[in-house]
Amino acid sequence: MTPVTAGTFRVHVDPDRCQGHNRCYSVAPDLFDLDELGTSAEVGEGLVPADLVGHARLAVDNCPEHAISLTPVQP
Amino acid sequence: MTNRHPPVRDWATDFDHTDPGWVADPYPIWADLRQRCPVAHSDRYGGTWLPVTHELVSEVAYDTEHFTSRSIVVSERRPGPDDLPAPIGLSPPITSDPPYHGIVRKMLLPAFTPGPIAALEPFTRQLCRDLLAATEGRSALDAATDYAQHIPVRVIVRFLGFPQEDADIFRRFIRQVLEDVDQPADERRETLKELDAYMDAQIAEHIADPRDDLTSFLLGAEVGGEKLSIGHVRGTMILLMIAGIDTTWSAIGASLWHLARHPADRRRLAGDPALMDTAVEEFLRAYAPVTMARLVARDFDFHGHQLREGDWLLLPFPAANRDPGVFENPDVVQLDRASNRHAAFGLGRHRCLGSNLARMELRVALEEWLARYPDFELADPAAVTWSGGQVRGPRTLPVRIR
Repeated sequence: MTPVTAGTFRVHVDPDRCQGHNRCYSVAPDLFDLDELGTSAEVGEGLVPADLVGHARLAVDNCPEHAISLTPVQP
Repeated sequence: MTNRHPPVRDWATDFDHTDPGWVADPYPIWADLRQRCPVAHSDRYGGTWLPVTHELVSEVAYDTEHFTSRSIVVSERRPGPDDLPAPIGLSPPITSDPPYHGIVRKMLLPAFTPGPIAALEPFTRQLCRDLLAATEGRSALDAATDYAQHIPVRVIVRFLGFPQEDADIFRRFIRQVLEDVDQPADERRETLKELDAYMDAQIAEHIADPRDDLTSFLLGAEVGGEKLSIGHVRGTMILLMIAGIDTTWSAIGASLWHLARHPADRRRLAGDPALMDTAVEEFLRAYAPVTMARLVARDFDFHGHQLREGDWLLLPFPAANRDPGVFENPDVVQLDRASNRHAAFGLGRHRCLGSNLARMELRVALEEWLARYPDFELADPAAVTWSGGQVRGPRTLPVRIR
């Protein structure tokens, strides 16, 4: 489990925007899961381990549909 | 291709995507139009529009109310009363509109997710190695016709479950359907008839002898509890074949063309395989092969332009990918570009169904080429030729192996 501390981020895929490009799954496979249609969703609650924040940003910056958000979580 | 049209007078008011100037180098044309228009119009093909900014291309891609996908290849032949009407179209789901589009697309999506595509990777890798082994001992070869051209056609032929020796037949069909768009309408109808007949023969064979391939998958698939019609299966097979071959061939060829001309990029990529993921995305951005098209569904005002029902609209994703408002230094290839929301596979609900397949083929093709030929250059830059029409890639690419 990812502990919620200062500086923790949550990643989220908007299911209405995701079109299954699968770029997030490619750059951050630990943070995203695909369903049988290839639509992406964050793993679990979407809490991002500190060492994967860079990967989460890459996922955001490479989503052609602007479907992914990365937001700080208040401890 | 043969050009049957007069030269373009002004790109803003008379553009033609089969004009030799566009075919040779469309990027300066789009950059100029981005400043001047950014929606160009032409009376050719019975009336065609061309938005060139990322914002406008996105807007059209997401707008399935005002634009129909009933036909997605601009030609002299518009869909007529004999063709399947919207929302199905000739080749579902690419020619379908919502909500039918989503139903048919969902049926196909599972076959194109990363898992099933990874299963095709060993075949693809061996194919690339065999093609390269056949060039052993040569110092000059054509990276387009000796290598890139053969990869996607053989992979899709295997995926559909057709005989490998039919790969050459497909290449001819595809050239006629995609490139000879300025063919007279009756000649074009004959080409499509011939393609239908080939597919019908394959369908009959697969009905008699079902097997584990995409054709049998389609014949067994159900939408709303009912099997697909033969016409629907045929249309989808033609779509998968056409959409899966020229496009990826073009992407592989354009990437090799870039590497042949940029020794620093070539050495960097050959020496650092970890760079391949961002490099593949950057090649897709900078050399996106596919321009889509829509038909205007009803008369409306599009940013001050009066679009009429039945007008064509070219949807140039490659132009969107070079928009300086969205991409920093868009005309410079940066193999490690970290932020890359390119639209090479389209945007919205019609996102390329085969994008995972295309990415796998492009990555494997480049990995295998660089492993065998890390150092190569253009043999004669003037001898490189590019395809015309809506899929852009090198069709002759003579290189010298060093």
